[in-house]
Amino acid sequence: MHDLAAALSTAASLVSSLDPRVLAVVSLSVQVSGGAVVLAALIGLPLGAALALFTFPGRGAVVVVLNACMGLPPVVVGLAIYLLLSRAGPLGELGLLFTPTAMMMAQTVLVLPIIAALSRQVVADLWEEYGEQLRSLGAPRGSVVLTLLWDGRFSLLTAVLAGFGRASAEVGAVMIVGGNINGVTRTMTTAIALETSKGDLPLALALGLILIGLVTVVNAAVFMVGQAAKRGMG
Amino acid sequence: MLRRIFMAAVLLCSLAGQGMAQERFITLASTTSTEQSGLFGHLLPMFRAETGIWVRVVAVGTGQALKLGERGDADVLLVHDRLGEDKFVAEGFGIDRRDVMYNDYVLIGPKDDPAKVKGVKDVAEAFKRIGAAKAAFASRGDDSGTHRSELRIWKAAGVDVKAAGSGWYRELGSGMGPTLNTAAGMNAYVLADRGTWASFKNRQSLAIVLEGDKALFNPYGSILVDPARHSGIKSADAKAWHQWLTGPKGQAAIAGFKIGDEQLFFPSAK
Amino acid sequence: MVGRDGSILPLELSRVGFSAGGRPLIRDISLRLEAGSRTLVLGPNGAGKSLLLRLCHGLLTPTGGSIRWGDGAMAAEGLRRRQAMVFQRPVLLRRSALANIRYVLGLMGMPRHRRQAAAMAALARFDLADLALRPARVLSGGEQQRLALARAWVMEPEILFLDEPTSALDPAATQAVETAIQDFHGSGAKIVMTTHDLGQARRLADEVVFLAGGALEERTPASIFFKGPASARARAFLAGELVC
Repeated sequence: MHDLAAALSTAASLVSSLDPRVLAVVSLSVQVSGGAVVLAALIGLPLGAALALFTFPGRGAVVVVLNACMGLPPVVVGLAIYLLLSRAGPLGELGLLFTPTAMMMAQTVLVLPIIAALSRQVVADLWEEYGEQLRSLGAPRGSVVLTLLWDGRFSLLTAVLAGFGRASAEVGAVMIVGGNINGVTRTMTTAIALETSKGDLPLALALGLILIGLVTVVNAAVFMVGQAAKRGMG
Repeated sequence: MLRRIFMAAVLLCSLAGQGMAQERFITLASTTSTEQSGLFGHLLPMFRAETGIWVRVVAVGTGQALKLGERGDADVLLVHDRLGEDKFVAEGFGIDRRDVMYNDYVLIGPKDDPAKVKGVKDVAEAFKRIGAAKAAFASRGDDSGTHRSELRIWKAAGVDVKAAGSGWYRELGSGMGPTLNTAAGMNAYVLADRGTWASFKNRQSLAIVLEGDKALFNPYGSILVDPARHSGIKSADAKAWHQWLTGPKGQAAIAGFKIGDEQLFFPSAK
Repeated sequence: MVGRDGSILPLELSRVGFSAGGRPLIRDISLRLEAGSRTLVLGPNGAGKSLLLRLCHGLLTPTGGSIRWGDGAMAAEGLRRRQAMVFQRPVLLRRSALANIRYVLGLMGMPRHRRQAAAMAALARFDLADLALRPARVLSGGEQQRLALARAWVMEPEILFLDEPTSALDPAATQAVETAIQDFHGSGAKIVMTTHDLGQARRLADEVVFLAGGALEERTPASIFFKGPASARARAFLAGELVC
């Protein structure tokens, strides 16, 4: 009980004093996870929709693999990206290891299956409802992808938020490819892991509370935008 | 609309790039114990003020730090496993290994001291008593420098921890800090480096029960990663750090790092 | 209908069959649908009326026999753009009424700058101009069906299929839909429609295609059918008896 109270008061003072180190860590977290989610959505939404709409041999297997990849362990993804970006690896020349870009790449890989798998489901359900009508109108499959993504936008927003939740909460991948370098690649989650290691549990918990608060604010904002748009669109 | 999303992605990427404004930097692979003691927070600003070079510390276990060096992902190392360091240089991954400093390990245990270790001077004897009492012992179990030292002491004590099963001897597979957290939670004995212990906050009922034995000596070395093995190693700036750390200014800075009144690291460059 | 070569009509079904899961649902139907007239497809529940429309429109592929449009030489893509179908429950996109029409105009290949005016004209024609910017999904059932008709209108179809278009509507909305169907017919479109409402069938039909049990029982001009159909099943159907 005492630790929790200490954590709450630490969190409050960190937030109210706008501690610059905390701000830097928070903004890096938002940039890395936000960037990863945007990239994963750009790839994952059309990919999921295409999987729902186009039949080809082996589609069932692809769907199963994609769904399974929602549970990819972050540490394994981090390790794979590390081996890719290491100077001894195939992309070593780019010098991306231990940079925010590398962290964004790793999180994109983590988030992509979630967004793609959930949007495949959303679009498949919509196609049940719309399929006959759109075929009757003569809509080509390629344009149906965009039509259904747009009409499923409120459900798809939830898929994107699930991706953001996964990205902002994971520590294993960013720890390995980012290196948790102070002031360069230290995010909320790696900072929490570090403070836990140092035995400063109230500070770790305080950072955790700030992270939860941040994720809640993002979700609330998206929810309100979605509600407003929904009222307009029925 | 797609174009707008794309622009947003580009903007996000470039924002994330802002964190990288430190133009001139080297990457130092070091150990969690040095990072968590706060030593780098003390040393790096001094070095930067003198040279303008930022040092980015990636803090991992000694074994992983050596691996980062092997793959060319760090420019210079600061680690503590003499055997591993010599092998690293002998295999041609590193050059110019130098002594930097040492600190020592301390044996931490519950204040009520169930194995009656307090007052013992010889750490091997203390380990023997812990084994005989089957008192809970938390081991790093992660093949780190600290873990390797711990295993050498068990060997000297004649206790076969592999045969202890999962009863009193617990391998955690964690870094120093998490191991201390766990030890505090289960009131176990644990071997820790003095630096991490000194800055560790979640002690609960743990305290130092034994210190000062020569077998607990823990030397750190600095090694330059051989620039001939990988392209992109920042050898000149890494060398500047290497020389500063082992030179008079770096050595004085190490001696000046204290937590409370306690000096944690003792300079040892020749 | 400027710039279109030839007609896609007549539509010719020869010995068309359709089965699902081993059960024959449409059996051996041969039928030639000519341009111009209004053909009402009648029959008891489960007779295969909706299936027949879907087979004609190309939403389902026959498992037996063949379907041929016009001279049989037209590409599938071209055929689809010259027919339209209105369903019992219209599926409208989650956007405004106007945008629903613009969407179809886009599919038809109309240049973007011309779509707005064309869409507004179509909405006005079906008395929906005031609702142009309302989300399509919040319109009433009757308004939604009129929007579906407006959407079909801008496709300028040579043949319009309607599957029970008024079965979920109140009398006023039904009246509006029937007027719209007459408009389509007046503009030269062939009408092929199913309904349960015999009064409606009397008002709209030029000829009746009567199905029972997946088979074609008779095809008769409306004036004759409603006085005295040829088949026993159709007589029973008109008399309100249970027919299967």
